[in-house]
Amino acid sequence: MAELGLNGRLPAAFTAPGSSSFTDFLGGVAPDLLNSRLTLPPGSTVEAPHGTTIVAVTHDGGVVMAGDRRATMGNVIAQRDIEKVFPADDYSCVGIAGTAGLAIEMVRLFQVELEHYEKLEGSTMSLDGKANRLSNMIRSNLAMAMQGLAVVPLFAGYDLEQGVGRVFSYDVTGGRYEEHSFHSVGSGSVFARGALKKKYREDATEADAIRMSVDALYDAADDDSATGGPDLARRIFPVVMSVTADGLRRVPENEVTAVVEAIVAERMTRPGG
Amino acid sequence: MSTPFYVSPEQVMRDKSDYARKGIARGRSVLVMTYSDGILLCGENPNKALHKISEIYDRIAFAAVGKYNEFENLRVAGVRYADFTGYRYDRSDVTSRGLANAYAQQLGAIFTEAGKPFEVELTVAEVGPTVADDQLYRLTFDGMVQEEHGFIVMGGTAEPIAAVLRDEHVADADLDTAVRLGLKALSTPPEGVERRDIPVEAIEAAVLDRTRARRAFRRLTAERLGTIIGAGTS
Repeated sequence: MAELGLNGRLPAAFTAPGSSSFTDFLGGVAPDLLNSRLTLPPGSTVEAPHGTTIVAVTHDGGVVMAGDRRATMGNVIAQRDIEKVFPADDYSCVGIAGTAGLAIEMVRLFQVELEHYEKLEGSTMSLDGKANRLSNMIRSNLAMAMQGLAVVPLFAGYDLEQGVGRVFSYDVTGGRYEEHSFHSVGSGSVFARGALKKKYREDATEADAIRMSVDALYDAADDDSATGGPDLARRIFPVVMSVTADGLRRVPENEVTAVVEAIVAERMTRPGG
Repeated sequence: MSTPFYVSPEQVMRDKSDYARKGIARGRSVLVMTYSDGILLCGENPNKALHKISEIYDRIAFAAVGKYNEFENLRVAGVRYADFTGYRYDRSDVTSRGLANAYAQQLGAIFTEAGKPFEVELTVAEVGPTVADDQLYRLTFDGMVQEEHGFIVMGGTAEPIAAVLRDEHVADADLDTAVRLGLKALSTPPEGVERRDIPVEAIEAAVLDRTRARRAFRRLTAERLGTIIGAGTS
């Protein structure tokens, strides 16, 4: 589908005015590319790699999101250096927990959706608009979620209108909930949230938030077998993204390494943090 | 029943071409040229919201002259084409050549089939790793596509502008030099017409900057243009 027509013209969907949504466009020209059209035979289950813990922490200049690097399939470690936190656009990022294959594809579509809107409209979508679009994508995956292939992202970004960092969590039905201060999703999230509850401070700076996020992931890995702790032998450390008024940046590896090494050194004397 | 008059196909095509040319000639010119760090696109456009120059994809930009609703329709189709190809395959599989071909087919089909041709002229520009890899395609209302090197000038009074660029355009100029040359060329009138300076507020300008990591497209604000010009005269 969507190849050039016989007379050479692009299919009508390409020139139709009205929608700035890439998902809507794709649904018209190549629905087979949309996850939401996938179905499994009733009662069947598929074993596929799962992503685990993501945390997000707001601070005085924006928000930080971090994710561990492990993907599991049952009791097996499917991948030890998977990346689960992605830039969504210049002012927001998304971290994924749940079925990795579907989640990564959902993020890819979400990234194109935001950029497509920006190019067609000539302006960036509002942060609430982005959060709602993601909500819609999760809802369209409900059939798969009911068969055990759930995708549960965490979305965070800098709201240019309000001048603050904001965090949104979701349930499998696409329910969207704004979180205040911090949040975590995935199998180790209970432990990460517990750690953040004790450590979070209202006046945290970006550096504090990075430290708290990596600390919380350490605690998650401490008690959840599906969450990967810092791998000192292979030098595999969490992916950390920071969003401020200046935009999104991936915290460079040497910065993360310094934080991880400080935490590990501290835990040598006090393993509980 | 009355018999319709016979009109030869040559006559029909000639009429359509004349019609389209006249429409395009009414608009202000837009120029696209390479410089050391990328490709500069600029033109006179007092309208702040209705752009003649736009981003299509990571390394690809679009510039147009003529009727706004017609080239806007093509721009939207181009963004959809690029995002669709990039999503289906990979971002690196979106090329200006593919896009120029799709536009050529589209314009060609409209020219032959529709009662009225599109009154537009387009440039599809793609920035490469070096100046030698930059690609510029000119597309005309009848679906003709030409690859050009160095620069493209489109629109009503293209000839005097192109003459300035033919004399002065060099591939290794920096951005400031390129912007100053671009603005000088745009304000060069056709022979016998008085020269008029275009205020920077009425200039729409953007670059495809090869030094930027992913999305190379960046608009140049009036302030930025003002600074560049100011630095050149002092």
